[in-house]
Order: sequence, then structure tokens, then C-alpha cells
Amino acid sequence: MMKLFARNRHSVQRIGYSLITLMAVVTVLPIVGTVIFILFKGGSAISWEFLSGFPHDGMRAGGILPAIIGTLYLTIGTAVFSVPLGIAAAIYLAEYAKDSALTRLIRLAIINLAGIPSVVYGLFGLGLFVLFLQFGTSILAASLTLSIMTLPVIISTAEEALRSVPQSFRTVSISLGATRWQTIRKIVLKEALPGILTGIILGLERAAGETAPILFTGAAFFLPRLPQTPFDATMALPYHLFVISTQVPEMPIQIQYGTALVLLVFVLTMNVIATVIRSRARSRRQW
Amino acid sequence: MEKSLNWREYIITRAIKASGYSAIVFVLLIFFFLMREGLPALGEVEPASLFNLRWYPIESYFGILPLITGSLIVTIGATLIAVPFGIGTAVYISEIAPRWMREILKPLVELLGGLPSVVLGFLGILVVSPNLRILLDLPTGLTAFTGSLLLGGIAVPTVVSVAEDALDAVPRSYREGAWALGATPWQTIWRVTLPAAKSGVLTAVMLGVGRAIGETMTVMMVTGNAPVLALKLGSLFSPVRTMTATIAAEMGEVANGSVHYHTLFLIGIILFLISLTVNVIASSVVFRAKKRAERILS
Repeated sequence: MMKLFARNRHSVQRIGYSLITLMAVVTVLPIVGTVIFILFKGGSAISWEFLSGFPHDGMRAGGILPAIIGTLYLTIGTAVFSVPLGIAAAIYLAEYAKDSALTRLIRLAIINLAGIPSVVYGLFGLGLFVLFLQFGTSILAASLTLSIMTLPVIISTAEEALRSVPQSFRTVSISLGATRWQTIRKIVLKEALPGILTGIILGLERAAGETAPILFTGAAFFLPRLPQTPFDATMALPYHLFVISTQVPEMPIQIQYGTALVLLVFVLTMNVIATVIRSRARSRRQW
Repeated sequence: MEKSLNWREYIITRAIKASGYSAIVFVLLIFFFLMREGLPALGEVEPASLFNLRWYPIESYFGILPLITGSLIVTIGATLIAVPFGIGTAVYISEIAPRWMREILKPLVELLGGLPSVVLGFLGILVVSPNLRILLDLPTGLTAFTGSLLLGGIAVPTVVSVAEDALDAVPRSYREGAWALGATPWQTIWRVTLPAAKSGVLTAVMLGVGRAIGETMTVMMVTGNAPVLALKLGSLFSPVRTMTATIAAEMGEVANGSVHYHTLFLIGIILFLISLTVNVIASSVVFRAKKRAERILS
């Protein structure tokens, strides 16, 4: 009896483990599959003309340069606003804030910002930046909208990075006569830099791939020239992919896969850089 | 010299403190501007009309029920996919996988979280939906089910990372205790580790649901965009229209300040309140669990 039970127990163990492993495989395989599939399908569309030309013939021919440049502008614009604000907020939470009701409220607000649907950010950007502040449908309005959306990612990863710097570093610096800000700037920030960078890149990666927040705040269907000022609307890779895969009839499939590939490479590159920075910082850490 | 240093320090400290409060300011700003543009809808559209069963703005039918059921059915489907696979993957990464495997899997799952939803929608249109149409013998492949499937994939990374953190936080001594009593590793996971991480896993599920209900581009591209009431199980295999997709698809074409415009913002308010509720509950679950853990340990 005991023996039977024991064997049963171990076969449950085997079945359970196989099931969990299978689930992990089923979850991960489509990710790898998706990336390989798009690299494979889109590869043949990539040429110098495709990357450096303007679309023509109702976007059914030519290149996607304005969309690439537009996504670069939006990513940089998002960084300009969200990086300083996000790092400052993280410094406040990690170095200054006490465990008070207000601090808990700030944390709750950050969690909520992270959970708000991207299309609601779009509505908010339309209401505040485009209409109320009269920035119009522009790179500026879209960047501001994206940066508020990116903020919670940057704040929470930067705070975690700052907190992982041992307390003794601060104590030593203060005891050597440095002020609190000097300690933060020269010791804590320097040590936490890789972690903060990882957070920034992951946040910007999300912003670069988003479509819904820029739909009504800055994205243009088609522009014959590159945007000249931050008050111009712009084409962007994710929106362009949406447009050519749903709005333009008889769109050559090659251009669609090519655009998806460029967007994917853009996002993947950022992702890989972030992963490399993080793992290198981890392996180098002496404490 | 000394004095200017003090001044700089003072200003910088002030600026940092002000930035610290920014998150609260932004949440309030978002709420205020949604209300400002959305509340007028309540005066312009009769309440009875809002609960009409038709969403057809051109003829002034502003029934939001079909959109709500559309969001619900797609989200429920996505949750049914994302929760088991997400928790399963989290258990695998945290409890079963060897170290090198973990180092590969974690970035991969993170990568899925970073894939632009428009890329998934694009593949949904070109690859997933035509195959589903043939496989399930449907008139169209653009259905709630297609949306659920892709949305499940989008919600998985959220579930995995939060659930995995929760599992990691379970003290090693719990597992060692179970092993010492003769439990198999599987029994340990199922009866000790998972129950110990219960609140964190629950948070993972809630945040996954929140992620799914707010997703826009993928659902807009693959669910077929038909605003019909989805109450039967069969609705899963027919086209639906979610709240998010309605805003995204129609906001570009409405006149600012029109009834239609205000109603779209009203839908935005509903989405905002849903995500607020989900996140407040999720974080209070974590908070309570932390309190309890402190009580046990002290």
C-alpha cells in the first residue's frame, strides 16, 4: 500500500513537472516564433531605398524614412521630459521620503499611472496638450503624453536601483563632509546608473512601440516632408504599420512585413541593450 | 562659496521633492481632463439611451452596453489563457528551471512585454485570423476569440513577472521544511510555495486583467469591430467591439465638442475607473499580505 502510494506520488510529480514545463514552452515558443517569422518575412523588403525613401503611390511603394525619423523624434522627445522627472521622483522616493501616508499615496498614484490604458492616455493628451494648451496635433503633444505614460516604469526601476546601493556608501560619504545632494549625485547615482539606464531604456522601448497614445495627439497618416518643428505632426512606425495593414487597400504585403521588421528591430535593439547593461552591472558588482 | 553651495542644494532638494509629487499631480490631471470632456455627455445623451443596445453614433444611438460586453468577453477569454500559462511559466522559472534556463527565459518573457501591440495585431490579421477561420470553420477569423488569444499573450508577461516575484519572496525555509517532511518537489510547489505566495499571485492575476482590458491596438485590429451585444458563449466566435477600440477608431473622426466626442470621453472615464479599481485592489492585497507577514514574523 505504502509502495503504491509512493509510486503514485512520484508519477504525480513527473506529470506535474512535465505539465509546467510544457506550459513554459508554449508561452515562450510563440515569442521566439514571432520574432523569427518577422525577421524572415520582412528581410527581403529591406533595402537602402526602403529605409531612406519617402512613401509614394498612396504609400504602396517607396520607403518609410519619415516614419523612422518620426519614431526617433518621439522617443527623444519622450526621453527629454520623462528621464529628468522620473529620476528626480525616484531620488525623492528612495532618499528623502519617509514612510508616511503621503508617500503611500505617491506609490499608489505611480501604480495607477502604470495601469491606465494607453488609449486613455491618448484622450488625456488630446484634452490637455492638444486642445487646452493648444499645442495642436504635434510631436510636442505626443511626446508629453508618452512621457507621462513612461514615467511609472522609469520611477519604479530607478528607485529600485537607488535602493540597492548599500547604506554604508551614503554614511561614509556624509561622514567625509559631503552634503546630502553631493552624496546622492556623486556616490548613489553613480552606483545606481546601470539600473537606472535599464529602466529608462525599457520605458522608452514601450513608448517607441505605442500607437494608441499618439493616435490623436501627434500621429499623421501621411506627410510629404519631414517635420520641421516640435509643433508639427509626424509619421511614426507603429502608426504607419497600423495604417498600412488596415486602412490602405491593396497594400503590398512586402512593405507591411518590412515596416513590422524595422519597428521590431528598433524595439528589440533597445531591449537587448537594456538586458546587456543589466547583466553586466550585476556580474561586475562588488558588494 | 559656502553660501552658493547651500543655495544650490536648497533649490535642488526642492525640485526633487516637487518631482516626487508629480505622479499624484498627473493622476489628478488625467482624471480632471477626462471629466471635463466626458461629463457633458451625461447631460447630452439621455441615461436611458446610454443603456440602449445599439452603438450607432451617426444616428445618435449611444448604447455603450455592446462595447462593455465586448470588452468583457475579450478580457475574460484573455484571462483564461494568460492566468494558467502565466502562473505556470512563473512556477517553471522560479521553481523548476535550472539557473541558465532562467537567465534565458526571463529576458524572453520581458521581450514579449515589449513587443509593440500593433505588431501583434498585424500578425493577428495576416497569420492568426486566417488560420483560425479555416481551423474553426468560421465565416470570419476576426472574432472575440482571436482577440482573446492575442490579448492573452499580451497579458502573460505581466502575470509572469509579478507572480514570479511573489514566488521568489517565499522564504527558502518553507520549501526545505516541506522537503524534510518527505513531500515531493511537486507537492511542495502545489501545497506550500503557491499557497504562501497566494496574495502576490492574486495581484499578478488582477494586473494581468487590467492589462488586458486596457489594450487597444491589437483588439482593434483583430476583433472585427462589430458593436453587437455579446452575452452568449457563441459571441466568442463572432466579431465584437471593445471600449478601447471604439475610442481609438472613432476619436479621429469626430468633431471636437460634439455629443459623440463627449461620449467617447465618457467611455474613457469608465476605463479609467476600471483600471483605478483594479490597481487599488491589487495594491491593497499586497499591502495586507505584507502586514500579515510582518505579524507572523515578529
